[in-house]
Amino acid sequence: MQAELLDIRNHMTQYAPFDELPDELLDRIVASIEVVYFRAGTQIVELGQQALWLHYIRSGAVEIFRRSGELYSRVGEGEIFGQFGLLMHKKVRFPVKAIEDCLIYKIPAEVFQYLWEQDESFADFVEIEDRSRLRSAVSRREKSNELMTAKVTRLISREPISAPTTVRLQEAARIMTENGVSALLLMDETGDRPRLKGIITDRDLRTRAVTHALASETPISEIMTEGLITISARSFIFEAMLTMLHNNVHHLPVIDGDEVRGVVALSDIVKYESQSSLFLVSHIYQQKDVKGLKKVSQDVRDSFVRMVNEDANSHMIGSAMAGIGRSFSQKLLELGEEKLGPPPVPYCFMALGSMARDEQLVVTDQDNAMILDDSFIPEEHDDYFLALAKFVSDGLAECGYTYCTGDIMATNPRWRQPLSVWKGYFTEWIDSPNAQTLLNSNIFFDLDGIHGQTDLAEQLKTLITEKASNSQRFLTLLARNALNRTPPLGFFRTFVLEEDGKHQKTFNLKRRGTAPLSDLIRVHALACGARSQNSFERLKDIAKTKLLVDDDAGNLRDALEFISIVRIRHQALAIEEGRDPDNNVRPEDLSPFERSHLKDAFQVVSNAQKFLRFRYNAGTSRNV
Amino acid sequence: MSDIKSRNNRQNWPENYRQQAEIATDPRIRAFYQAGCPAPETPIQDVPLLALDFETTGLEADKHSIVSIGLVPFTLEGIQLGNSWHQVVRPKLPLHQTSITIHGITHAEIDQAPDLEDVLDPLFQHLTGRIPVVHFRNIERPFLNAALQWRLKEQLRFPVIDTMAIEAHLHPHRNPSRWQQLMGKQPVSIRLPDSRTRYGLPHYAGHNALIDAIATAELFQAQVLHHFSPDTPIGNLWV
Repeated sequence: MQAELLDIRNHMTQYAPFDELPDELLDRIVASIEVVYFRAGTQIVELGQQALWLHYIRSGAVEIFRRSGELYSRVGEGEIFGQFGLLMHKKVRFPVKAIEDCLIYKIPAEVFQYLWEQDESFADFVEIEDRSRLRSAVSRREKSNELMTAKVTRLISREPISAPTTVRLQEAARIMTENGVSALLLMDETGDRPRLKGIITDRDLRTRAVTHALASETPISEIMTEGLITISARSFIFEAMLTMLHNNVHHLPVIDGDEVRGVVALSDIVKYESQSSLFLVSHIYQQKDVKGLKKVSQDVRDSFVRMVNEDANSHMIGSAMAGIGRSFSQKLLELGEEKLGPPPVPYCFMALGSMARDEQLVVTDQDNAMILDDSFIPEEHDDYFLALAKFVSDGLAECGYTYCTGDIMATNPRWRQPLSVWKGYFTEWIDSPNAQTLLNSNIFFDLDGIHGQTDLAEQLKTLITEKASNSQRFLTLLARNALNRTPPLGFFRTFVLEEDGKHQKTFNLKRRGTAPLSDLIRVHALACGARSQNSFERLKDIAKTKLLVDDDAGNLRDALEFISIVRIRHQALAIEEGRDPDNNVRPEDLSPFERSHLKDAFQVVSNAQKFLRFRYNAGTSRNV
Repeated sequence: MSDIKSRNNRQNWPENYRQQAEIATDPRIRAFYQAGCPAPETPIQDVPLLALDFETTGLEADKHSIVSIGLVPFTLEGIQLGNSWHQVVRPKLPLHQTSITIHGITHAEIDQAPDLEDVLDPLFQHLTGRIPVVHFRNIERPFLNAALQWRLKEQLRFPVIDTMAIEAHLHPHRNPSRWQQLMGKQPVSIRLPDSRTRYGLPHYAGHNALIDAIATAELFQAQVLHHFSPDTPIGNLWV
């Protein structure tokens, strides 16, 4: 290349994928360019024409259309078009029209081919499958965090220490001390082979044995924890972390088939997890009053920002934030029960919406409810539960979880009812659905019992999974509601580009991205009777059925992960800059990487919405 | 017959080429004429063009010299950057101090540069069979003529397309009267960068003969699409 052509090369090196190309490839490109001018309104390439060139926009802007004539994209300076035709059948697949006067650099097909063969990053960029590009963007990011790439077995440094369930308290304590472990596995040895039955930890010894001055000969089976939460040996470390956060346990037996491989303790993970969301959780439980909790709550945002900076994925961050929120609620309920005395009848405190889905971020209000035992008599018992609900709700507000504007809180008598009434609510929502009431009750279909008799919440889940999958009308209306919010088409310069070609200055990443996704995932999950609440878990359950084709569940997962992480990053940046985090994003705040992959992700959402409409016969009108 | 004002309006260029081919002695000049000149009614889209730009030590062909040559062959379909050519040449006359900063060419580069005579072969290879396109015709054609007269004792006569003359033609009243100036009317600049801006063409940071030749080629493509058509006879445009 002539040095005098540097101007041309320098322009290209400002833009992907040319910014990553070595100089000799760039020189080759520049030497192959034919420059052409197009007036606004002229067709640059026609559908079905021979695809001979990759086009680079030096100045101006063009619109790219689908075969059907729908707008596909609008692109401007430094962007390319024509790669699809070159990669596929050498026929133009997306016709392109100049919408401004354009100066175009045409790069011949053989040079394109050469670049595609020579340069990995270039090939990735022009790859035809938007989904695979999104997939590699998501996995490349996740690979940078050890918690997501290392298996939980890496944390096991020794054989598991166990004893039969028949040992006595003192003997158990001795075994633990001798082996220097903080947890002892207890095996049922009555069968052919020992079976994991329970666990006893240092903390259990302190709180259950010493506090109550139990005799040293007490059978360990009387104080051990049963119904153990375990984790598969194939899990990643972050999954162990999520499990601990979700269940507030500090020890996890690692299971491989029937065999116990070892125990992972909180302290093992903390070595990997300097962001200390687990520490924050244990800190919450140590507080004695609302004032203390309020003080701890000031660390929540820092913990969030640290996780973001350490490249945690959105599932981890969402679960950590939900785990923290859940812990605040649980601690407040404990404090409330201390203050008001034990509950007159059993009850279950439910988290709803994003907390129940383990998809909470830092900008969040409180959504909760109470299921009371059916022995509840309003005149006698409701004063207590109202006082408890109010204590928790006010406490949460103190800790930064603002009151729910839609009044979906246990302080609202409608959402503080016995199980039978709750069953009636869900039965009516599912059996005699109405679009408007469903819109308002959407949030109740993401529920999680977090305190008290959590089996009450499980009974509601059972009712939902049994009924929902059989009610076509319910699914149709739910699907229709899930289509109310659509993603944008993409970006153009500093604007958000809508499907009808209109421009917006900003857009809401929650309303236009993550919410439509979790809405449509919920519909599929209910249709296939999945019990899971988290969108990623729901996708795993959906993938086990034949509801979606190909790898649509995987694509939805990638899209959700990418949109969520952009949203999370946007909020973390605001916090670091001392601004109030929100969900409104301007295109100029996005990196070119984020812009191009967000467009891919929006495409996945848009296609998934089309499928949803077809699958549940949800009609074409969005306002029925 | 040209739409653009010129003293050459009555020239019969194809006939001139035929006559000159008989007279020319230098083989390169003869070959240039023998390649012929398209008939004036030829649509512009069918004519091979060559954007040409010289950097010179001054504005007068008989007093100043060529310092560098930039050229790029093109048609309305595309400007072929791969076939572009840039050459610094040693001027016969001392390089004026101020022009150094304009061209960004140093004394050292010039001292090592060949004489124009030594690069006439590649220059003619590019020129032959193409109609030159320049911005401001009073530089390239007279300077080339003077240089050939000096070295070969022969002249080269050819039509050019002048993108600046086209702009002048499009903006005949570009200098507002004093009254209009009082009313705030600004004069229309027909300099290369200003003309390009009117067509939405990008700004080039660098200035050298090759970038200016490319800039001129782009401007001409834009002018044809905005004010003429690919079918416009070349005879309407050359001067």
